[in-house]
Amino acid sequence: MFKVIYTDNQYHLHRSQTALHLYCVICNSISKESKSNTNPKTSKTITMKHKKNILILGAGTAGTIMANQLVKEVDPHTWNITIADATNTHYYQPGFLFLPFGIYDEEDVKKPIRSFLPDEVKFIQDKASEIKSEEQQVLFESGKTIHYDVLIIATGSTIDSSEIEGMNGPEWRKSIFDFYTFEGAKALREKLATWEGGKLVVHITEMPIKCPVAPLEFSFLADDYFGKKGMRDKVDITYVTPLSGAFTKPRATQKLEYLLKEKNINIVSDFAIESVDNENKSIKDYSGKEVPFDLLVTVPTNKGSQVIEQSGLGDELNFVPTDKGTLQSKVSANIFVLGDATNIPTSKAGSVTHFQAEILFENVLRFIRKEELLPEFDGHANCFIETGKGKALLIDFNYDHEPVEGTFPIAGIGPLRLLKESRMNHWGKLAFRWVYWNMLLKARPIPFVKARMSLAGKNF
Amino acid sequence: MIMLKELVGNTIDVNEEGFMTDFTQWNTQIGEALATENEISMTPKHWEVITYIQTEYKNNVPLSIRKIGKSGVVDIKEFYTLFPNAPLKTATKIAGIPKPVSCI
Repeated sequence: MFKVIYTDNQYHLHRSQTALHLYCVICNSISKESKSNTNPKTSKTITMKHKKNILILGAGTAGTIMANQLVKEVDPHTWNITIADATNTHYYQPGFLFLPFGIYDEEDVKKPIRSFLPDEVKFIQDKASEIKSEEQQVLFESGKTIHYDVLIIATGSTIDSSEIEGMNGPEWRKSIFDFYTFEGAKALREKLATWEGGKLVVHITEMPIKCPVAPLEFSFLADDYFGKKGMRDKVDITYVTPLSGAFTKPRATQKLEYLLKEKNINIVSDFAIESVDNENKSIKDYSGKEVPFDLLVTVPTNKGSQVIEQSGLGDELNFVPTDKGTLQSKVSANIFVLGDATNIPTSKAGSVTHFQAEILFENVLRFIRKEELLPEFDGHANCFIETGKGKALLIDFNYDHEPVEGTFPIAGIGPLRLLKESRMNHWGKLAFRWVYWNMLLKARPIPFVKARMSLAGKNF
Repeated sequence: MIMLKELVGNTIDVNEEGFMTDFTQWNTQIGEALATENEISMTPKHWEVITYIQTEYKNNVPLSIRKIGKSGVVDIKEFYTLFPNAPLKTATKIAGIPKPVSCI
């Protein structure tokens, strides 16, 4: 059965399909029923050529880049591109780290989603409630149903503080905070402004988390912040992690642990939290370890979107099983996954999404052309690590190579230094906000920065 | 870097952290010896966990503490009781499989 929906001077045909026939020419079979369903305004154009739909779920970093890339290449006479998101605000998530310390203002980190999308892309503000992969449909909370021929899941990851007993108890947003949400980062800014000191515990609940270096950066920036306020001696900073060290990769761990020591930040590793004791203000782990706090800044469990869970498409954390090279989902051939929503073994970070987008874009085009997909994604991640006092580190790594020292992006020249603190790296991080809003989201090439990691200029 | 290690009359390949790099070299005797090295005295419940971990590994399922807690074999609390401190690390080492990459 056909259902004709009139949108933006175009008719979109929606049809239940049980199998993937991406190239099937549905227009050949346009029923009389749909032709008779005329609208006086456009009845002349109803010799309609049926268009196929690329639907992108999520208009964050991943979805926005993808929409901008696809619009440049796919044939607008054959394809509609639609992107849906529950909100109409795009947040610059790396900025949440700076918000609590007053380095950035609210206005620095939020802009309207629509202003980063090309006019040809249809934006729907609606929350997806279920993906029906067999029927190639997505249901939305408003009751709307959208049929797709290609679906790109870019629904990201969010924190869930209810996963740990007591975490969102009476002390939540009183002495227990997160900085992974806009609201959390803002609330923490108010708290830090008047806090008189004590035990600050910076904590990671479990891996994986979005931007795995962010809690370390938070610790470094806190050291700097309280130092500048002349109250560093009143603040005892402890970094608590479920990992066996400051980071997962050996050479970066060595470097980062040295920095923690230099900044007088304690580290408690292999800490698998069981519960938060609101009354006595402490976190407890399964082995009986206990860390007391006056102020707990935690990164709660990160999970994929609810729609993934409701659709039964995810793993135990609602991340979508995805081929780590091609970025095609393991659910269905016409479903691709981009950014934090995947379960692939690389960092959940904007840079990773940016590199993935180049590979995925190519693979979506190949899929449309019925060509073989290329397993080109190498797990490339590139992250600035703010270390405080106007300096930063930069790390560049992939599935096979851990972060090492060297130069970036131009081998032997830089100007950025890998795995070494420098002022230039810090300026690079600050400049990145401009790059993000003006180049990255709009899928404009960033000079010298390639999707696949380069081995040149690195000291392995 | 891969090194050779002599254990209960067998030669096994291990990395610098002591994780076996070739699962085909593993047998229960080796598992027992690796457990002793890690101060674990194996019981049938320990073996049940090790078998579960090895099965998941063979099926290419990424392992995490959360996953094991939901396995139906043990809950997280029991997992910590059986393999104290860093249970996933210790259990995977005894099971002869690589250290899980849940940490990126």
